[in-house]
Amino acid sequence: MIKLENVTKIFPGSEIPAVDNLNMEINEGEVCVLVGPSGCGKTTTMKMINRIFEPTEGKIYVNGEDISKINPIKLRLGIGYVIQEIGLFPHLNIAENVATVPRELKWPANKINQRVDELLTVVGLDPKLHRNRKPSGLSGGQRQRVGVARAMAADPPIMLMDEPFGAVDPITRARLQNEFLRLQEQLKKTIVFVTHDIDEAIKMGDRIAAMREGKLVQYSDPNELLSSPADEFVANLVGRNRSIKRLHLIRAYEAVRSNVPFLEKGDSMESVREKIEDSELRAVLVVDDRQKLIGLVSADDIKKDRGAKVAGDLAQEIENYVTDDATLNDALSVMLNLGEGYVAVVDDGHKLKGTITLGDLLEVVKDDDARAAS
Amino acid sequence: MMQELRRKWKGWILVPAILLGLAIGLTVYVVNNPGGTMAARMLTYPSIFRYLREHVLMVLVSCLLAIGAGVPIGIMLTRPRFRSIGRVVENIVNVGQTIPSLAILALFFTFLGRGFNTAVFALWLYSILPILRNTYAGIMSIQPGIIEAAHGMGMTPLHVLGRIELPLAYPVIMAGVRTAVVINVGTATLATFIGAGGLGDLIVTGISVGRPIIIFTGAALSAILAILLDHILGQIEERLVGS
Repeated sequence: MIKLENVTKIFPGSEIPAVDNLNMEINEGEVCVLVGPSGCGKTTTMKMINRIFEPTEGKIYVNGEDISKINPIKLRLGIGYVIQEIGLFPHLNIAENVATVPRELKWPANKINQRVDELLTVVGLDPKLHRNRKPSGLSGGQRQRVGVARAMAADPPIMLMDEPFGAVDPITRARLQNEFLRLQEQLKKTIVFVTHDIDEAIKMGDRIAAMREGKLVQYSDPNELLSSPADEFVANLVGRNRSIKRLHLIRAYEAVRSNVPFLEKGDSMESVREKIEDSELRAVLVVDDRQKLIGLVSADDIKKDRGAKVAGDLAQEIENYVTDDATLNDALSVMLNLGEGYVAVVDDGHKLKGTITLGDLLEVVKDDDARAAS
Repeated sequence: MMQELRRKWKGWILVPAILLGLAIGLTVYVVNNPGGTMAARMLTYPSIFRYLREHVLMVLVSCLLAIGAGVPIGIMLTRPRFRSIGRVVENIVNVGQTIPSLAILALFFTFLGRGFNTAVFALWLYSILPILRNTYAGIMSIQPGIIEAAHGMGMTPLHVLGRIELPLAYPVIMAGVRTAVVINVGTATLATFIGAGGLGDLIVTGISVGRPIIIFTGAALSAILAILLDHILGQIEERLVGS
């Protein structure tokens, strides 16, 4: 889909190349993450793909076409673009911002309006509430969402994203990343994603290009990057706690234990007692008649409330749950933050899928260590 | 909604009406109470009206021409091709601004002779400076990421200018225009020295014949004119920004 051939970029007035003889190929439908310390040439590489910068030497092909022969405006209209700090136009409202590329493509007004509403819904913003707001009236996370919506407006097959989730707090960032991955699973866009955060790279990337001083040091999938770093630089980049980093790679739905005992809210006290006796944790999760998670009943709750007749009366709401598209690393931070030994896993409709315990996480890490060692 | 209407009414009707009322009241008073035949000869309705008309004409013609030249040149200097000379021009403009306005008028008087056209030319040159400088500064001060995003998404350079750069720089450009107009109204009172007429005639005559009421009339009318023009430009600016 995108191919870089012997690409070198030397900025005027500089001796050292910003990008040095780069060769790489990005496959269709993949997220390729360019990662490395600042000044390693990752952003420069990305900006050569939409011809914001022209390579000093070498060629870049998109769909087999040499981009230096395509009109830059035409090229860019087919490539979604999200930059650092998002670059929303402060004088235009959200709808006008999102409509930027469709307007350039001269879509009819009603088609643009429809598309804007559709996109805002996709990125989780209520069109009615947000259409007419100015970017300054939005939170950081909402602005990043608008930035992504704007880049997707004309449904470009390729997207370039330069630290798109950089300017928000870690919790919002994790949520945006998860939402984005869920979206990408359906859309299958070819994405070039620039970040300096190795954790983000491991989480987001199908392929990771580790760069240093303009050179491509290693280009491989995240698993390989973690298990066999090409050299000391990559090893340092991924850090010492590689096993824990692998928790970024595994989603809750892959590791969830689904055969855990649970109670329906109408279950009698007898079965409540029975199941609690049987459980290791001396507590059992409770769901409603649609399998939605209500909370937890523990042995202590039974003692405290003798008047309860069914499981639903006793259930205490819990906070230690994650959605099934969260990574195991997200699950671990929830456990550590709340001081619990497990998390409940729910799907996006809040239906109970099962649980993940601290022990399960240890198993995952241990398995990987064993595999890496062998 | 009510508040919006009240604000509009105040901005477009009430304040201009008060200023006009003040000017008319003042004129009627001084014509009827000139306090002497000397002043009475200067202070008649037709003559005051003529001075005012000459003044307004000088200001409007020179300012419109200055906007027509200053804004495009300012924009041009921000284009990548000319950006390197932008700083140089900005410095020249800043130096130009420090030359006293009377000196500029006198300078062009020696080349172009006396009269309305010379005055308009000198005023034009003098008002280009703040307009050009603010246009340049207004566009250059836009966060580079915003412009890069616009280019990167495939907007044509003309659309980037028209839809992104100019609207964002607009308040700064308007501030330049307002400065130019206010300075211009003041400087135009000096045009009397090169025989171009205007309210300066009243002030200078008043001084030479020692009649304060004539000086006061010229000075007060030009002050009211400056405030009125500044206010109207402010209203235009608010209207376009608010929409």
